[in-house]
Amino acid sequence: MADINITIVDREDVAHEIVVPTDMGLNLMELCKANELPVEGTCGGMALCSTCHVYVQTEHTLNEMTDDEEDMLDQAFFVEDNSRLGCQIPIEESLDGLVVKLAPTSN
Amino acid sequence: MANVNYFTKSFMIETDIIIIGAGPCGLFTVFEAGLIKLRCHLIDTLPIPGGQCAEIYPKKPIYDIPGYPEVLAGELIDNLMKQIEPFKPGFTLGERAENIIKEEDGRFCVITNLGTKHVAPIICIAGGLGCFEPRKPPIENITSFEQRGVEYIIKDPAIYKDKKVVVAGGGDSALDWSIFLTDIAKEVSLVHRRTEFRGALDSVEKVNKLHVEGKIQLLTESEVIGLNGNGKLQSVLIKQKDGNITKDTDHFIPLFGLSPKLGPIAEWGLNIDKNAIEVDTFDYSTNVPGIYAIGDVNTYPGKLKLILCGFHEATLMVQSAYKRINPDKKLTLKYTTVNGVNGFD
Repeated sequence: MADINITIVDREDVAHEIVVPTDMGLNLMELCKANELPVEGTCGGMALCSTCHVYVQTEHTLNEMTDDEEDMLDQAFFVEDNSRLGCQIPIEESLDGLVVKLAPTSN
Repeated sequence: MANVNYFTKSFMIETDIIIIGAGPCGLFTVFEAGLIKLRCHLIDTLPIPGGQCAEIYPKKPIYDIPGYPEVLAGELIDNLMKQIEPFKPGFTLGERAENIIKEEDGRFCVITNLGTKHVAPIICIAGGLGCFEPRKPPIENITSFEQRGVEYIIKDPAIYKDKKVVVAGGGDSALDWSIFLTDIAKEVSLVHRRTEFRGALDSVEKVNKLHVEGKIQLLTESEVIGLNGNGKLQSVLIKQKDGNITKDTDHFIPLFGLSPKLGPIAEWGLNIDKNAIEVDTFDYSTNVPGIYAIGDVNTYPGKLKLILCGFHEATLMVQSAYKRINPDKKLTLKYTTVNGVNGFD
């Protein structure tokens, strides 16, 4: 399986281009943490905390949201139409070229 | 029950180990401490034991507890409670450990936000990610209206009698409280960012019915973005599709779930690295002798935030605590298969 490129724009608008392996079962939250980007992933990836909230800035077709993810985004702040939880987006080859921006943190 | 002594001024709870945090690691500490005849008392902000497992994901299966191919988080807590029952731990629930004071005799006194005092020679912090606190909406001046019309938790429904109330949120608590408040308040409005509600179906139906009857005002695709008032909340600014509206209200109750905050733990003079307490992996001691930290709240090279690692940390930690309490006694490892579990009377 080939590596892909994903760009993560941090909260200071700095773009981080990351070469990502697709054979490690990573999700987007784990990818951010592994690259020491400021994503807490407090709940460990259960769609229960929204600390990995991102805005998807490209037209990629992503996996559908589960009820858990929608429930959590219902309680999150700064939610937009392109909001997703990073922990619910598995890294796949089809995500090559994906650009996401980290959502602001809240109290 | 922990030993309770009545002092002249106020009563305090005395024990061997004060455990701050009643999640899985805190609970298992009671078992390992009990095996070597140390008594424990647990303090937790949540009203029930179990921490995240009980509060956040009781119905989620866990697959990496040794010996359990699969166990629900809530079941794990039930089992731990059964396992520690012989050691009769004390509990201070629904209170937050706020301050630690060193007593003249060298013991620690842990005082909660409600003033309950706990005294012991050892503190074990098993606080996980911290205290679960209500998530506050990012409204600029919201803190200045706290206790002045903004409440994140409904403690005393009587204060809403004949008042105008705006509830925000789309989950079960927002729905349930809106329904409940229709009998008390003069006017109830429910503000939600989306059109549909994701709470329990019967709650959603009930809210819709109350809306039709004119008892709840529903403002969907709406968001409270501003608060106004002079020393006390008088109105909220609501963002809607077609523009902003101002709504007069006496109370604003945002109900957006809980999120963990390290809270007072950060103020106790312990070495903290990235929201976690630094410990020595020899015995999970902190930089303050007599205070230990186990489970998700600690950090050390190679740390993994797993329940099973927390159990191991608890086991080694109580050995060290024993030696601190009984410097002249030698401790030998006893197997439960040989000795069984001898609880406290």
